Amino acid sequence: MCLAVPGRIARIVDQQGLRMGDVDFGGVIRRVCLAYVPEAVEGDYAVVHAGFAISIVDEQAAARTIELVRQMDGKEEESDE
Amino acid sequence: MKFVDEFRNVGAARALLDRIRATVTKSWTIMEVCGGQTHTILRYGIDELLPPAVTLVHGPGCPVCVTPIEMIDLAIGLAQRPGVILCSFGDMLRVPGSRSDLFDARAAGADVRVVYSPLDAVDLARRETAREVVFFAVGFETTAPTTAMAIAHASDLGLSNFSVIAAHVRVPPAIEAILAAPDNRVQGFLAAGHVCTVMGIGEYRPIVEKFGVPIVVTGFEPIDLLDGIAMCVAQLEAGRAELENQYARSVRPEGNRAAQALMAAIFTPVDRRWRGLEALPKSALAISDRYAAYDAIRKFNLTSARVAEPLECRAGEVLRGLLKPPQCPAFGRNCTPDHPLGAPMVSSEGACAAYFRAGRVAEATEAE
Repeated sequence: MCLAVPGRIARIVDQQGLRMGDVDFGGVIRRVCLAYVPEAVEGDYAVVHAGFAISIVDEQAAARTIELVRQMDGKEEESDE
Repeated sequence: MKFVDEFRNVGAARALLDRIRATVTKSWTIMEVCGGQTHTILRYGIDELLPPAVTLVHGPGCPVCVTPIEMIDLAIGLAQRPGVILCSFGDMLRVPGSRSDLFDARAAGADVRVVYSPLDAVDLARRETAREVVFFAVGFETTAPTTAMAIAHASDLGLSNFSVIAAHVRVPPAIEAILAAPDNRVQGFLAAGHVCTVMGIGEYRPIVEKFGVPIVVTGFEPIDLLDGIAMCVAQLEAGRAELENQYARSVRPEGNRAAQALMAAIFTPVDRRWRGLEALPKSALAISDRYAAYDAIRKFNLTSARVAEPLECRAGEVLRGLLKPPQCPAFGRNCTPDHPLGAPMVSSEGACAAYFRAGRVAEATEAE
């Protein structure tokens, strides 16, 4: 029931006074309610549950998790820093 | 898909498993709260890849599973009334009530429909003005805001033929009940990432402090779960008990304020009996007096008496993490997804269904 899937907000629209959007889940487009993510802009990735975006994916946080695991694997790339 | 595939990477999984193996020196029992997490664990065989010292037990985080039988009976009764369209999420239709399920009611002529979003039910009420549209709302704090928005939207549209049977429940009282039980063996928790996406993480800090157990807010992909388990094991081995957030890409510490605000307006916390866990204080969300017109229980004067659980089904012990599904004598024999005795075998989040679908039926018979 708490399943939620990330998808890309392709288009934001107003529908009967509700902020809605077309969200692209790897090629499948669904109409989703965006009322709970007022900060969302087109191109953002939203976490969608039961037809509602409940958060916008923090892309830096996602990259940090992946990077931490990669370092664990001993495969970290040389950085330019 | 972006933000999915990266979190199913085999090399990353191997690295996390190595980290867990290198950290573990003692036996630990960790509970993943959410049924969605249970399904990922079983689907990828994560429980079998972990070192034997780390035991995962499955929590009560399957809202369909913890909905009391009498509430399902109530929905079935309402669906059978002339002029009513009863809508719910697909999982709810196959959950056995005391005598039948909602699919049986539909086969017998009731108008029972599956919706993807509660807003679909509002849309249906807008189109079917001569009918009463009732949404049977189940789910944890992840789902409650979607029902809240449906009620607010119906109110904005001035709809008088839309109402809700609210069976929403809250996670923290269940975690407290499990930890306070004398037979508890859970030493650390993976909290449900999407519940915390809505509610934030603050509610869990008092539980960490009161019971001295680590709680790691965790996501749903295999890498998330292994990462959450690694964080939890690291705390346990170091003798720490802290609240940590593994799922930062979706969970902000304060949660989703807009969703919390509407939930607070529409719902009020009430005590509720859970299947398998008895009555838990402030564990459910009932519709507030201000929105009583949208409360199907009050609108249709519905009453229910407590119904006894079927003796053969040991869902209560499964939901408390005391029994693994294959240890139930009925599992895979007279209880299967096609002929379920209890809700955990029905729901896409139920622990029994997770084991059955992962092909873990053989281990039940081999164990004999």
